[in-house]
Amino acid sequence: MDRTIDIRYVAKLARVALTDEEVERFGAQLSDLLEHVNVLSELDTAAVPATAQVIASRNVERADERAPSLDREDVLREAPQREGPFFRVPRIIAE
Amino acid sequence: MNDAIRMSAATIARRVNAGDISAREITEATLVHVDAVGDRVGAYLTRLDELARRCADAVDRRVAQGEQLPLAGVPVALKDNLCLTDSRTTCGSKILEHWVAPYTATAVQRIMSNGGVPIGKANMDEFAMGSSCENSALGVTRNPYDPSRVPGGSSGGSAAAVAAYEAAIGLGSDTGGSIREPGAFCNVIGFKPTYGRVSRYGLIAFASSLDQIGPLARTVEDAALAYDAIAGYDPRDSTSVRRSVDLARDVRLTDLKGLRIGIVKEFATSKLGAEIDALYARAYGDLERLGAEIVEISLPTADYGVATYYLIAPAECSSNLARFDGVRYGLRVEGDDVGTMYERTRAAGFGPEVKRRVLIGTYALSSGYYDAYYVRAQKARTMFAQDFERAFASCDLIASPAASSPAFTFNAKSDPYSMYMMDYYTIPVSLAGLPALSVPCGYVTPGDGDRPMPMGLQLAAPLFQEARLLAAARAYEEGTQHAVQVTPALERVNA
Repeated sequence: MDRTIDIRYVAKLARVALTDEEVERFGAQLSDLLEHVNVLSELDTAAVPATAQVIASRNVERADERAPSLDREDVLREAPQREGPFFRVPRIIAE
Repeated sequence: MNDAIRMSAATIARRVNAGDISAREITEATLVHVDAVGDRVGAYLTRLDELARRCADAVDRRVAQGEQLPLAGVPVALKDNLCLTDSRTTCGSKILEHWVAPYTATAVQRIMSNGGVPIGKANMDEFAMGSSCENSALGVTRNPYDPSRVPGGSSGGSAAAVAAYEAAIGLGSDTGGSIREPGAFCNVIGFKPTYGRVSRYGLIAFASSLDQIGPLARTVEDAALAYDAIAGYDPRDSTSVRRSVDLARDVRLTDLKGLRIGIVKEFATSKLGAEIDALYARAYGDLERLGAEIVEISLPTADYGVATYYLIAPAECSSNLARFDGVRYGLRVEGDDVGTMYERTRAAGFGPEVKRRVLIGTYALSSGYYDAYYVRAQKARTMFAQDFERAFASCDLIASPAASSPAFTFNAKSDPYSMYMMDYYTIPVSLAGLPALSVPCGYVTPGDGDRPMPMGLQLAAPLFQEARLLAAARAYEEGTQHAVQVTPALERVNA
C-alpha cells in the first residue's frame, strides 16, 4: 500500500481548506496512522467476504403512505441565509 | 448534598410513583446541585431548567392521574449529539454551536414519555470523535474523581454528570467505546446495547455501521431501567431491529452459577502493568467466586481491531459529515463561489480531530485506495464477527478490561494514535455489533501521590443478549460493591 498522501488533493476532495501548518501537521499524522493501519495487510482476507452489516436484516421498507414531515418554517429557521422558502447560496453556475 | 440527589433512578421512580416525593422536588434539588457543582466538573454545555420543570410537572400530573411511569421524575443528562426540539444541539462543535434542533430523537422522546426529566445537554468530544472530551470545541469537562484528569469520551459529559450526581441517568452514544470508556473512567455503568437495538433517529451520525445509543448510570439496575425505556423498533430508523425486547429489569440472577465467562488469551493484562494486571486478576477471581466458570478463549484478530476501526469509522464519518457545508444549517463562512464557501465553512467549523478523520476517511475511500483500505478493513471486520461467534460457542459472556488505563491527565495523549489505543478492548466488540458494558471493578493509583482512580470491567454478550448481560453485571456489582457514594469533586459541595 502506498504510504505517501497528497494531503492538499485529499483536502480538496474533502472540501476543507487547510493552512500550510495544517498541511504539514496532518500530513505527518496521517502518514503515521497509515503505517499503523497497514498491519491489516498481514491478515489473509482473500476468502473473507466484506461486512455489509453486523445484524442479519433484510431490506426494510415502509408502506407508501402520506404522513406529515418536518414543518418547512422549522427547518428554514436554521438556514444560515434564506430567501423566502429557499436556502440562499453563492452563485454556482458562472454567467 | 440533598438526599434527593443521592437516590438511584429506581428509587426516585418508585417514590414519585408512590406519591411520597414529587418529580418537581427532585428536579429542583438536582438543578440546585448542578449549580453548586458548576465548572468543577463542567458536565453540561446547555442547561434545560425550563424544560426540566415543565417535564417534571407533567410527570406529577400523570402520576396524580394514576399512571405509573418507569422513569418517573428521574433526572437525565443527554449527550449533545441527541436532538431535542427547541434546544441547541451542538455535537461539541463550532459548526453546530448555535443550531437548534427542529425535532427530537426517538431515544430522548422515549426517556421523556417514560417519565424521565432532561436536565441538560452534556459535553462530548466533537462529533463523538475522541476518548477524553478534550476534543470538545465548547467546554472542558473534568473527572469527578480528580479534576486534573479527563472524564473519558466521547460521552464524557454524560458519564461525569452521572458520577457527580448531576443526573441519575445519562444517555450517550458508543461507536468504538464512547460509552464504556467514560463509564470506566468515571466509575459508572456504561452500557452499549446491540447494534440496531435502540433507534438512532435524531442521533447526529458519526459512523453509521457502528453508532449505538445507550445509558450510563450509577447502578446496573438503573442502566436496565433506561435501556428498557429506549430499546425497541422505531419505524423512523430503518436500521433499528424489528425484534421484541426482553425487559432487562425483570431478569435477575442471584449469582453467576452456570455461566461460562471467557477471558481473551490475546488480551493479557500483564502489558498494562503489575497493578492493573492484579486488579483484573481479582476481578476475574470475583466472577469465579460468584459462581461463574472461567474459560480461556481466543480472538486471533484482537490486535487488528484499532487498525480496522480507524479505517471504517473515518471513512463513514467523511461521508456523514459532508452534510455540514454551510448551506442548510449551522455555521456558514461566506466565499465568492459555493466551493470556497464549503471549504472555509468546514475549515472554521471543524476542530483538528474531525479534520484528521475526514481527511483519512476521504483518502481511504478515494479512487485507487478504496480496495486497499476500506474494503480490506470491512473484510477484517468479518473476521472479528467470526472470531466472536467461535468464542461464544464455549462461553456465555466475555470479560476484559474496558480501557487500557485509568483516566489520564489533560494533554497527556498528544499523539492521535496513543489516544486511539484507549479503545483497544472495546473496538473489537463494536466491530461485531455486540452488546457490552463497563462495570466498576476497583481502583488503581496512576503515580506517586495521585488519587486512586476507578477502572472498569467490560462484559460482552452475543447479539441481543442484553437482558442476560445486565443480570450478570448486576450479580457482579452486588457481589463486589466497587462503586462509591460521593466522589472527591463533591466533598465540598453542600447543596
